[in-house]
Amino acid sequence: MQIKILRSKTNTHQLYTLPAGEIPLLNALTYIKETQDATLTFSAGCRASVCGTCAVRVNGREELACAYKVKPGDIIEPLQYHPVLRDLKVDKHKAKETLLTTTSWLQVSKEASLTHSDEKLTEKQTDCILCDSCYSACPVYAVNPDFLGPFALTRAYRYSIDKRESDAKSIIDNIQSNGVWDCTLCGECTAVCPKGIDPKMDITMLRGLSVQEGYNDPSFMTQSFGTPDFGFDPNAGF
Amino acid sequence: MIDVLVIGSGGAGLTAALSAKKEGASVLVVGKTYPTNSQTSMAQGGINAALGNVGEDHVSSHIADTIKSAHGLCDEDMVRQMCADAPQTIEWLENLGVPFSRLDNAKKGKDTVAQRQMGGASAKRACYAQDYTGLKILHTLYDTCLKENINFLDEHYLLNLIVKDDTVKGVTFLDIQAGEVKQIDAKSVVMATGGYGALYHGYTTNAYGSTGDGVAAVLRAGGAVSDMEFIQFHPTALKHSSILISESARGEGGYLLNEAGERFIDELKPRDEVARAIFAQIQEGQRVFLDVRHLGAEKLMELLPQEVALCKMHEHVDPLTDLIPITPVAHYTMGGIDVDYALEVNGIKGCFAVGECSNAKVHGANRLGGNSLLEIIAFGRFAGENAYKHSIYASSKPADTTQKEKDRREIKALFSQEDRSNFYPYRESLGDLFYGKVGIVRENKQLHVALEEVISMQISQKEMGISDKSQTNNQNLIDFLEFKNALLLAPTIISAAIARDESRGAHYKVGFENENDAFKQHIVLQWKKEETCK
Repeated sequence: MQIKILRSKTNTHQLYTLPAGEIPLLNALTYIKETQDATLTFSAGCRASVCGTCAVRVNGREELACAYKVKPGDIIEPLQYHPVLRDLKVDKHKAKETLLTTTSWLQVSKEASLTHSDEKLTEKQTDCILCDSCYSACPVYAVNPDFLGPFALTRAYRYSIDKRESDAKSIIDNIQSNGVWDCTLCGECTAVCPKGIDPKMDITMLRGLSVQEGYNDPSFMTQSFGTPDFGFDPNAGF
Repeated sequence: MIDVLVIGSGGAGLTAALSAKKEGASVLVVGKTYPTNSQTSMAQGGINAALGNVGEDHVSSHIADTIKSAHGLCDEDMVRQMCADAPQTIEWLENLGVPFSRLDNAKKGKDTVAQRQMGGASAKRACYAQDYTGLKILHTLYDTCLKENINFLDEHYLLNLIVKDDTVKGVTFLDIQAGEVKQIDAKSVVMATGGYGALYHGYTTNAYGSTGDGVAAVLRAGGAVSDMEFIQFHPTALKHSSILISESARGEGGYLLNEAGERFIDELKPRDEVARAIFAQIQEGQRVFLDVRHLGAEKLMELLPQEVALCKMHEHVDPLTDLIPITPVAHYTMGGIDVDYALEVNGIKGCFAVGECSNAKVHGANRLGGNSLLEIIAFGRFAGENAYKHSIYASSKPADTTQKEKDRREIKALFSQEDRSNFYPYRESLGDLFYGKVGIVRENKQLHVALEEVISMQISQKEMGISDKSQTNNQNLIDFLEFKNALLLAPTIISAAIARDESRGAHYKVGFENENDAFKQHIVLQWKKEETCK
């Protein structure tokens, strides 16, 4: 079985041969590094889909290397919108900064009476492993590198609806600029999340919370509904 | 100069950083990966605290269970401190926003947290968040660190502690991205660098990086390590991938079956006993399975969603309808850096150690499920406070650059060596050797063979090296440095196992199948002064 991996030094896809049989991509990368090419560089951790280290793109789609089973002809590339440090290894610092901007943490904590159904409200959102797959799949980054992005907004949503939060408005205030309204709701993030999280839905919910706090979709505000727009200037002399 | 330098960004490190910062210290957290990549994310089952939310429980019962499981090798004062701190530890986590699983009991705060049964526990004591307890605690800690403006330095690999007059002065690191050796001066250091389970390469639930870097650095710097022979084997890892299936699967009512479909052990005994029972079945040629089919789809998806996904992905079995093939593999290292009552490293003043890298003598010969997450949070806070207290009166005179220059020369030498043999096959054979000869059931003859093989591997290490000569982002180099640490620790484990002619907890030796009071003591190892790196 042969696969191709994008090498950063040459910016070309290098062909590697693997033994036949089922093999997780991470095991395949480790096999190549140990036996064929020690310069092949990638990030790895737990092998069990929970440390968030090993996300890459396979045939253009984000996958955890430890969870993806290799198929002949697969093309392996690093995540998008992250500076590539070497081969499949990327720098995640800029993506992580979105967590600071969204201030996704408990602002002012208070004791609350939480129930089983409260647990369910954020169970999925808190499965996030910060693998950055959603960030890589989000097309908004092609036009706006400062977009807060799916994982940070999902996290902002998770805290904003936590009953222990007594200042959810601060979070809502911090996700207006380059935030909830910049999302195109295309759902690419939801499609690639290895933990089955639905950031698109979380962003939709955050829009609702934003409206409750008095915010509006800024793209609506630029449109004019107050005065009729005839498409021409009626005073422009006939 | 930084007051408190924390090495390691798992649960113990993040907690220590938060507590030192709260005390007023300037704090820097340095890690070889990113903060949420750590081993803590893999802890599944729960965190113990005698809250009594589900049936009667008492701190005294928690203490008694922990001491019983430790088989005489714990420090009872430390156990008492950890167990007594447990309820307020959960309260602290609850206050930070950890999304625990909940009961419907109309109560408030920590009293609403759901609790489950774990092995060796006399009550439902493990607070959990489905089977993602470690992940959800770790990420909440990280969010809180961002809130509190904790400074992070990621992708920096620990090289050596700088120690002068038996006091830590700073640390040298390899900046992985830039490929440069750096020195960071600090008044206090907290080691939170994780265990050494990855020595059992291929036979461990641990991540690749659990190579005991901090334990090795402490040995090199003249500090002490202890109880190195006590390695916990987790009874239920997936047979073909060594991926962990949480003890909560048995806590919730799962069975262990052999090929004949017979149960052969009380599944809720402590891990050492269950692992040995499974191993005995395997030795007889039996395959062993975990059976959770009778729990039903609703309960499985509610309580063990991660396990269901991992079984399907890595073993091609659906736990709802199929038996899960399992095998016991290395999971947790009870031994490690020897610390005193303040978690200060014996032999190095101002250096503290917490979490799996440290031996705070709360787990003894066998750790209870749910006590490791408790240790990293309860003692993480304690370590941070103590490190801050030390920093107040510590000298702010920086260390000289001798160690940095030495480390720089050594790294440079690795780049200039030509035609070195590939070390990766040795990493694999070290794992095979340890699982086979320093495993669940040990024998003196086999241990001696293992020691000889390790020594000959240490000699061949001089012929090994890196074939990737890239200065920047060189993972081949990091893998090699990690392997060197594993190889440095290997003889400490084997020689302690040879010296311990008895069976106690996780250490089981053929010919010496009983506990012997003459060995009711810790085996402490320290390098002679002239061998340390100063």
